[in-house]
Amino acid sequence: MARVTFTPVLDRHLDVATTSAAGATVREVLDSVFAANPRLRRYVLEDHGGLRKHVQIFVNGEMVADRRQLGDAVTGSDDVYVMQALSGG
Amino acid sequence: MSDRLLVGTRKGLFVYDRNGGWSITGRHFVGDPCNLVLHDPRDGAIYAVLSLGHFGVHIHRSDDGGLTWTEVGAPTYPEGGEESLKDIWALEAGGDDQPGRLWAGTLPGGLFLSDDRGETWRLVESLWNEPERQRWFGGGADVPGIHSVVVDPRDSKKVGVAVSCGGYWRSEDDGATWTVSSEGMYAEFMPPEGRNDPAIQDPHHVEACATHPDVLWCQHHNGAFRSVDGGLTWAEIHPQPSKFGFPVAAHPTDPDTAWFVPAVKDECRVPVDGKVVVARTRDGGATFDVLRNGLPQQDAYDLVFRHALHVDETGDRLAFGSTTGSLWLSEDGGDGWKTLSKHLPPVYAVRFVR
Repeated sequence: MARVTFTPVLDRHLDVATTSAAGATVREVLDSVFAANPRLRRYVLEDHGGLRKHVQIFVNGEMVADRRQLGDAVTGSDDVYVMQALSGG
Repeated sequence: MSDRLLVGTRKGLFVYDRNGGWSITGRHFVGDPCNLVLHDPRDGAIYAVLSLGHFGVHIHRSDDGGLTWTEVGAPTYPEGGEESLKDIWALEAGGDDQPGRLWAGTLPGGLFLSDDRGETWRLVESLWNEPERQRWFGGGADVPGIHSVVVDPRDSKKVGVAVSCGGYWRSEDDGATWTVSSEGMYAEFMPPEGRNDPAIQDPHHVEACATHPDVLWCQHHNGAFRSVDGGLTWAEIHPQPSKFGFPVAAHPTDPDTAWFVPAVKDECRVPVDGKVVVARTRDGGATFDVLRNGLPQQDAYDLVFRHALHVDETGDRLAFGSTTGSLWLSEDGGDGWKTLSKHLPPVYAVRFVR
């Protein structure tokens, strides 16, 4: 299970406690999180399913490359961070 | 008269109540941009549209006058497509015979409706798939935006929407089919051959007289227009001291009265001569009074956005707010104004609780 942490900036809008989630890609991990917290999806993803322009995701400190399909690989104990990009503000 | 005023701003939603004098009694979503606010007179609900820069556009509803809020759904473009909700520029209640119906006008040009008080939304595909829509373009944004939704109180199936830049569109069958309806408008921003093209006009805001819904008022990018036939045709009118601006407020019962807040022109969006004024007509647009009593008349550079002017159900009480955080209120149809604040964040939306 990957460990998924969200920017604390989201705390003011909804519950985003750090959680463990299964999945072999960023997409699968996020889908696992959204299954338990459906409202969170629209805060992170655009309607078409890609990552919002001003949101960044890091896996073990590396920024994900595939922002549209979210196909970057995730393995067992990876740390996934969903962050607010400074580009948006 | 309405004793409560909702003010959506760049940094939150503020509620003013009239208890002797007007003062802020509610502060909600402080720090977050509140683009739009709607009070639904059918059930008393208040809706706030939050346009969070990083995290998308979200709608919250309160069923207890603002004490508590619940996030509801939001218009969502089809997954797997190319489009995504960029903003909501219009949020209006449906007719009295359509409980739970809300209309939302969005960027990039989609009209959405909800029949469950905002919990779920669906794209009005008839308008989205209209071939003429391909000729719409952005006005004030990179993509087209639907900013005005007008529901006919006599027949809720008659709906009009105004688009920057896409003209005015009417449906008489609850959104199943649409007809562009901008005859009489003209576009100075187009080459001569496209000047009268109905599907590229830039209405900035459209409102109807509630008791005479065939009378519509439009502040357009390069002029103001009035319709007396439900939006079939439009005739130019001439607010003073200038014809550019964003908002218009239609008197709720007098079809000859409306208010505008002019600015110099497209490329100079400030009040004429640094003086904030309201232009009011009481004769169907034939003449205009320039109202300035109580408004700043020197070095004022306030711009008033399209949803930032509102009139209450009597037509006597009006309020408007500006990009520089001023908020003014009149109790006498605009003859005199009092300043409620000079220090709000930039004001996006002003609504009386009717």
